[in-house]
Amino acid sequence: MPTNPLLTDVWVYLAQTPLLWLTATLLAYLGADWLYQRAGRMPLLNPVVVAIALLVGILRLTDTDYQTYFDGAQFVHFLLGPATVALAIPLYSYIGRLRAMLLPLVLALLGGSATGILAAVGIGWLLGLEPTILRSLAPKSITTPIAMGISEQIGGIPSLTAVLVILTGIIGALFANEVLLRLRFRDESVRGFAIGLAAHGIGTARALQISTEAGAFAGLAMGLNGAVTAILVPLLLRLLGL
Amino acid sequence: MIAALAALLVFQLIGEVLARTFALPIPGPVIGMLLLVGVLLVRGATPRSLQATATGLLAHLSLLFIPAGVGVIVHLATLQRALLPLLATLLMSTLITTVVTASLLTLFRRWFSPTALAQPSPPSDVQEEPR
Repeated sequence: MPTNPLLTDVWVYLAQTPLLWLTATLLAYLGADWLYQRAGRMPLLNPVVVAIALLVGILRLTDTDYQTYFDGAQFVHFLLGPATVALAIPLYSYIGRLRAMLLPLVLALLGGSATGILAAVGIGWLLGLEPTILRSLAPKSITTPIAMGISEQIGGIPSLTAVLVILTGIIGALFANEVLLRLRFRDESVRGFAIGLAAHGIGTARALQISTEAGAFAGLAMGLNGAVTAILVPLLLRLLGL
Repeated sequence: MIAALAALLVFQLIGEVLARTFALPIPGPVIGMLLLVGVLLVRGATPRSLQATATGLLAHLSLLFIPAGVGVIVHLATLQRALLPLLATLLMSTLITTVVTASLLTLFRRWFSPTALAQPSPPSDVQEEPR
């Protein structure tokens, strides 16, 4: 770290306040988003991926531990709650369409949710992942705070689950829409619902770029899948003997 | 904007309190979201400031996942140990889930429409049911 005494003083001060890492998080995001827009929204330059990579690099260079970083960044993390509530607004604007397909939505939700859990645990098991990782993997399709809670309840590693959840979201944001389009799923509400169910908030952020309608259905799927997965994971894992 | 933010927090708070009081498996913010949809339905319109605040917040939804994502730094060793199988599992299971969900939704919509839309009946007897 800095060898100059004045710089050391400044660094000691900054390292103690939330200001530094909160600012760094916002700047990393703005920079990553700028790059993403400049590159014509190239999927591989997803701003979440770039910003995380950037921040991990900075933390390693400055020898800062994650807890110190999170003490600052938690203010951003906190906004996940109100943002989830805010999904009520796009949802409400599509309430007519939603009502018209309520039963199909509920059935697709149950089937999709079970598929998400079984596919993750099943493929992971086939590829030889260890039981702790499998348990951390089970709730990976749902939003971070709920997934971490479930992971803890079933004997996974909550912080590892958070990472797997984010990676899942990024994979969904990168590939899900393209795969659905290639398979000729044209309806934006169907695509949005599927992406939100499989890839939670990061998928929902991607779906919002497709259209408000896709975003509204993605938000709905994300919210409901959080609840359904919380119920299904303990049941299915018991059935699988994990 | 402050009023709208306060409204979102109030709904989240009610959601969290309900979730904890009744030990519901549904997360607090999701309950808050459903309650807010209910209130908007009764009200019949979204207040303009709430619309603006929600749109602003949701436009940068991906930003909110960065702090949790940086947690990858704690698990670099575990991830490196099982990198390929883990990435393969995440990729395949996420895409399978997406495609299965989209297929189910398309299938069930076809199944239940257009006659079943007015009066949804249990899936088993939909096709035989005379209308």
